[in-house]
Amino acid sequence: MAVKVIIPTPLRPYAGKQESVDLQAASVGEALETLTKKFQELRKHLYADDGKLRSFVNVYVNDEDIRYLQREKTQLREGDTISIVPSIAGGR
Amino acid sequence: MAHLLKVSEELSSGIRAHGVETYPQECCGALLGRDGEDGREVLALVPLMNRRDDSPRNRFSITPEDVRQAEQNAKEHGLELIGWYHSHPDSPARPSEYDREHAWPWYSYIIVRSEAQGTREMTSWRLSDDRASFAPEAIEIAARAPA
Repeated sequence: MAVKVIIPTPLRPYAGKQESVDLQAASVGEALETLTKKFQELRKHLYADDGKLRSFVNVYVNDEDIRYLQREKTQLREGDTISIVPSIAGGR
Repeated sequence: MAHLLKVSEELSSGIRAHGVETYPQECCGALLGRDGEDGREVLALVPLMNRRDDSPRNRFSITPEDVRQAEQNAKEHGLELIGWYHSHPDSPARPSEYDREHAWPWYSYIIVRSEAQGTREMTSWRLSDDRASFAPEAIEIAARAPA
């Protein structure tokens, strides 16, 4: 399926300065895998060492959080938009 | 290359005031402004609610919905969302390991030390490309808000 991945501002320097990337993928997981294979520097900012998405990385398919869908197994349809949206956290 | 962040006296005071208001809990908010070759400039603040109800004295959290709204706010004012600020109650204005683990690259992270008597040092930081550390960002306080 042809889908668009919206790249958040802090990650654009690692994605050729692009605001979005068009790619082919059947699932969210496949889309993110394709994205990070194309732009390898993105990987460490999206995934922890255990291979799971970092807790402050939020992924939406057409404005639905994948945590309420099938997470990375969420199937995609032609023309879907995947958005990567930061949470911000920290503390002393 | 050393980074530079320009902040007006007025906005710097706004960050400090937020830290005083929420003490002994951590305050947090968005930095809106412009990013250019000669450095970044903070032109507006968006004070936000700390969503860490469970541990607000040493943690802060800004939801993706709040992030989206801050981005929309920036867009409506012809600005960019360039970073975030938060306070460290009774702790140095230096990024903690927790700050580093949860940080995003590119953003400026302003930290201000808050105490019962007020605020102390204010610093700014940017996460390194390899996520291993923060690089300090020099803060230049302008006497007046930009025209």
